[in-house]
Amino acid sequence: MSIDPAITGIAGKGAARSAARSRARQARRSSAGDRPGWVTYVILGMVLALSAFPLYYSFLLGSSDSVTIAKNPIPSMVPGGNFADNVSRVVSSDIKFWQAAFNSLIVALVTSISVVFFATLAGFAFSKLRFRGRGPLLVFVIATMAIPAQLSVVPMFILMAKLGWIGQLEAVIVPGMVTAFGVFWMTQYLESALPYELVEAARMDGCSMIRTFWHVAAPAARPAAAMLGLFTFIGSWTAFFWPFIVLGSANPTLPVSIQLLQASYFKDYSLIMAGVTVAAAPLIVVFLFAGRQLVAGVMQGAVKG
Amino acid sequence: MTLQADPAAKHRPTNTEATAGLSVRQRLGLWDYKFSPYLYIAPFFVLFAIIGLFPLAYTMWVSLHDWSLIGGKGEFVGLGNYVEVVKQDNFWIGLRNTFSIFLLSGVTQTLGALLLAAVLNQNIRAKTFWRMGVLLPFVVAPVAVGVIFNKMFADKAGFINTLLGGLGIDPIGWHSDVFASHVAIATMVNFRWTGYITLIFLAAMQAIPRDLYEAAMLDGASRVRQFLSITVPMLRPTIIFVVITATIGGLQIFDEPRVFDQTGQGGASRQWMTVTMYIYELGWGAQQSFGRAAAVSWILFLIITAVGILNYLITQRISSGTAPAKPKQTAKTSRKAHQ
Repeated sequence: MSIDPAITGIAGKGAARSAARSRARQARRSSAGDRPGWVTYVILGMVLALSAFPLYYSFLLGSSDSVTIAKNPIPSMVPGGNFADNVSRVVSSDIKFWQAAFNSLIVALVTSISVVFFATLAGFAFSKLRFRGRGPLLVFVIATMAIPAQLSVVPMFILMAKLGWIGQLEAVIVPGMVTAFGVFWMTQYLESALPYELVEAARMDGCSMIRTFWHVAAPAARPAAAMLGLFTFIGSWTAFFWPFIVLGSANPTLPVSIQLLQASYFKDYSLIMAGVTVAAAPLIVVFLFAGRQLVAGVMQGAVKG
Repeated sequence: MTLQADPAAKHRPTNTEATAGLSVRQRLGLWDYKFSPYLYIAPFFVLFAIIGLFPLAYTMWVSLHDWSLIGGKGEFVGLGNYVEVVKQDNFWIGLRNTFSIFLLSGVTQTLGALLLAAVLNQNIRAKTFWRMGVLLPFVVAPVAVGVIFNKMFADKAGFINTLLGGLGIDPIGWHSDVFASHVAIATMVNFRWTGYITLIFLAAMQAIPRDLYEAAMLDGASRVRQFLSITVPMLRPTIIFVVITATIGGLQIFDEPRVFDQTGQGGASRQWMTVTMYIYELGWGAQQSFGRAAAVSWILFLIITAVGILNYLITQRISSGTAPAKPKQTAKTSRKAHQ
């Protein structure tokens, strides 16, 4: 809030400052008056409880033991002391936990980096470079988002078998290396974040296209690229259908091994839930640190990833 | 740099270069300028051709043949696979389940998200905290959600049934009963997606100009009336978008029902087996028939397209008659200047 120059002129600085102060007070009061009543917070509190409880429930069961779980349909809200024990049983069970965790990490990392790189490159071209067919090609990219990806599993599987990639991480990584959503997202962002003048200026200075991309477009794209990387990482970490089909239990990712855990130890929910909790933990940690960015990302993009 | 401008250059350029008046370097620059864009967008199109376009056509090709997981391609059978599939009861059961789960989850999560977004759209304290709160389930893998809810919805001595028992409600057969199992699976989908969709709606709500509400308040419209006559119509494009993406995703549902029990068959009498689970079973289960799996894939593709168009037409009609006139920008900006 700035100090009104008119008041300063007439009554001196003190008066202006006190006027500013009273205006600020008024603004505060009126905005506090806009604040909703306690009912709103009760509703939000309940929603928050519903969001968080299933996760806490899995931790409660994962820190318990099978006998206690069988006896109490509603678990004690205080965690038991068996979590570390259960986790070590998960790790030593035959679901290849470490391999799955490592695979998940590799797949998620490589996919995210690749999507960010190729999508930024394409987004740069679509938003800032002039070439024949730019408009229709962009429409085409957007239209492909409507094609249900799961429906091509049969030919994809045949293709992967031909390439000898069944059970190999390439089968999961390569098809996800660049996405229509990513291209669209980066195009949208660079459209407004990167001034034409900068691109032109770089060209005038004799920069090649790729150097212009690297030194001008890529730095400008960084915030959106980080969000895209985050969403791609989450999508990849939680994916099940395709890894389940093409990797199977021989070389699983975490969701595949969770399903295996459930199938092979369905009588012992302390074990299963410990596994679920551990598999979910990395993204929960990511969420605690980058949740604000995720919220902003969903609200900016308003696109289901 | 041109050669004319460079007196140190001794040799003349070749004929073509002379006529174009360009040096090799400039020529390279021009090529760079002309073709680089195509190079940059090429990765997407190449990958899409391989994993998007080709499979769609190839699915059709496979569906017209006897084709097994182990033996590979067999005889051409025309529409034989389609006929075979349509004769199987499980195909229809899968279709019923998929639609039932889709409707249960799609309708509740869209309405729930609209209401929750309206709650969040107030001038609340700790905005980011509550927004993060609704988004939390999004980072949990559907498989994990499925495993957790499978246990919570246990038929005997389950968490939910015990809670309901406290309210005097008899235990519900969440796994044994057809409809109840659909409700349970829809709950999982809603758990993971409602918050996400809420934030999409919230973003759209914040873009609605305030003066529309002020005018409505002057006219004495209640908050409910404002929500129905201003908010919902103004959100129409967003609602269409959400409904269509929910359709594409919802009709392909696999993860949650697959882990709703440990066998992954969709229940003893296939109470909650979805079409995608059926595709998996045809291709990789006992039948090992890629031909039939591909046939069902194509049928599902057509259904999704049809339902998507239908949804579009329905959501297009949302109060299209009462959509408010294009808002003026001036009131909003002047209000901002005052704050």
